[in-house]
Amino acid sequence: MIEIGLGHYLTLAAIIFSIGIFGIFLNRKNVIIILMSIELILLAVNINLVSFSIYLQNLVGQIFTMFILTVAAAEAAVGLAIIVIYYKNKGSIHVENISSLKG
Amino acid sequence: MEYAIVFLPLIGSIFSGFFGNKFGEKLCQFLTSSLVSISAILSFFIFYDVYVNNYSSNKLIFNWISSGDFYVNWSIFIDPLTSVMLVVVSLVSSIIHFYSIGYMSHDPHKARFMSYLSLFTFSMLTLVTADNFLQLFFGWEGVGLCSYLLIGFWYKKPSANAAAIKAFIVNRVGDFGFAIGIFLIFFFYGTVNYNEVFQQTPSVIQKEVIFLGIEFNLITLICLLLFIGAMGKSAQILLHTWLPDAMEGPTPVSALIHAATMVTAGVFLVIRCSPIFEYSQVALNVVAIVGMITAFFAATVALVQNDIKKIVAYSTCSQLGYMFFAAGIGAYHIAIFHLFTHAFFKALLFLGSGCVIHSFNEEQNIQSMGGVWKKIPYTYSLMVIGTLALTGFPFLSGYYSKDAIIEFAYLKGSTIGYYAAGIGIVTALLTAIYSWRLIFKTFHGKYNNKDISLSSIHESPLIMILPSCVLAIGAILTGFLFKEMFIGHDNSQFWNSSILFLQSIQHEHPPIWLLVITPLIVIVAIPVSYYLFVINEKILKNFILRNQFIYNFLLNKWYFDELYNFIFVEPLKKIGLFFWRKGDINTIDRYGPDGLAKLVKTISNKAVNFQSGYLYHYAFVMLVGFSILLTYLILY
Repeated sequence: MIEIGLGHYLTLAAIIFSIGIFGIFLNRKNVIIILMSIELILLAVNINLVSFSIYLQNLVGQIFTMFILTVAAAEAAVGLAIIVIYYKNKGSIHVENISSLKG
Repeated sequence: MEYAIVFLPLIGSIFSGFFGNKFGEKLCQFLTSSLVSISAILSFFIFYDVYVNNYSSNKLIFNWISSGDFYVNWSIFIDPLTSVMLVVVSLVSSIIHFYSIGYMSHDPHKARFMSYLSLFTFSMLTLVTADNFLQLFFGWEGVGLCSYLLIGFWYKKPSANAAAIKAFIVNRVGDFGFAIGIFLIFFFYGTVNYNEVFQQTPSVIQKEVIFLGIEFNLITLICLLLFIGAMGKSAQILLHTWLPDAMEGPTPVSALIHAATMVTAGVFLVIRCSPIFEYSQVALNVVAIVGMITAFFAATVALVQNDIKKIVAYSTCSQLGYMFFAAGIGAYHIAIFHLFTHAFFKALLFLGSGCVIHSFNEEQNIQSMGGVWKKIPYTYSLMVIGTLALTGFPFLSGYYSKDAIIEFAYLKGSTIGYYAAGIGIVTALLTAIYSWRLIFKTFHGKYNNKDISLSSIHESPLIMILPSCVLAIGAILTGFLFKEMFIGHDNSQFWNSSILFLQSIQHEHPPIWLLVITPLIVIVAIPVSYYLFVINEKILKNFILRNQFIYNFLLNKWYFDELYNFIFVEPLKKIGLFFWRKGDINTIDRYGPDGLAKLVKTISNKAVNFQSGYLYHYAFVMLVGFSILLTYLILY
């Protein structure tokens, strides 16, 4: 039986982090997916925090995680609101169509 | 007084040039004309003073250059030669100022014109009053500049601009020689002041210098270089091509600059430098030969020209040739006498031509004139007086000066003297023929102009006729009045030391046939030309048909312009085009400014592609950048 240690947690966090990153720029479909990917990156960080908190026997990390989750929820709400408004204005939230940054 | 003579025209010029628009053109015309007139009156006082009291002075204006032992002053140097030139320049100039008021009455830029005229007068006066070669050169270039400005006065005409540039460039060729001459003088004499140079000249006669690999006598070399400058300014053969083209300028300009004053500056230079020229027989012979060729060449060309001003221009060229060969055979005093009388009658002829052109509404071709002498009697009589004086009709001014040249040449006794006398007589005949051709074609015969009706031909206004009358009086009387003083037995008392004669002047009387022949030719030429040009034109037409080659040769001015085009202009143009196309556009521009600009453009185009506008691209770049940064920070 393998002892599940810090390394495994960190690996999991790194995998989730990478999935989030690739989700941002490999995704060609939907802005919501970008939002979800950002959420994934955030969660990966949370996992790191919690793992280190346990590993170091220090509660601060877990308290931080609680804060981050709260802020992330608020942020997700704001992001979704922006997407709704955007959809109302442009009639599409396809990533392919969003290129108004181009000069 | 001397200061006033020289600087009044400058004041007029500055006022009219800078404040002309503010104060109105009437005031400018009045001011410039009266200032130059005052200067003319003062010149007469000086002239009188010089004649009666042997007055001479050298008034300093200020030090111009003082560097080591090289020092040059601005000064006003008065001696007999200068006083004569002062009278000629300021008098003719003031007359022409008044004439221009009438002639330029339809021109929108009167103030500018008057300003240039006055500036020219100032430059010419500084030229003649110089006491050193450098100030002379300043005046020399000043008159060149004014000539350029005035030829190109009607700057909207491309032909006028071309003529102005041509005059300037051809003069540069002459001035180059002149400048080298001055350098040589400074190099070997250590000074450019007349007095010192002339005093030192006898001590360097034997000196030999090597120039362009050939050994020259120093004096000869200096004289020849100075003479090249004189050739350019005085439109002698090889450098004469600018003068006929300069007729593109307004007629008063032609009268003042290209007949009476500026073109005689070359003659003035040779006479002024007589103390140097006298020591070089070679240079004098060159002067005489160039003068003779020019006199003959220009007279032949004038025979067939059709533009009224070009005929007079070639006539000027021819008369300048007379002056030069007079100087070349040592008759400096007669050369300056001819310069003096020529200024009057040639300016008169130009002003008369101006009146004719004015009457015909800017028509200049004498083939489309004719039969109008009753309509414009004043102009007609002015032109006839001018022509009589030019051809040397007995007892008018040209008679005294031109015959004196021929007689002097004959009495000289040398080969070149005989040649000069012969050329003088032949040219006098040609002069008579082309001058009367001009008169008869313009005023007699049938009326030939289809564009303007005969009834609309009108006499010129009084402001043009009156100044011309002053010149007409001059053209009639100057020869008679000033003969004794300039070339009489006691002329050396008047000229004093301003002209040097190494050999004493012959005072023998020439044979009677020589005295009679020129006036006779001139008088006989009148009825002959009347017959040829008015009564029976067929003879000439047949003659032309049979001698088409000679006619075309003369009509095209001995093909000088074509020759120069072929030798100088075309190759230069080709070289210029080569450097422009291959050198400038294809090399420097291509790899220099244009190449750099292209490079920047290419890079920025690439950079534009980078800005796709897609969010995930930015995010990708951001992450890549972030990870590179992170890696770097962790590793190092």
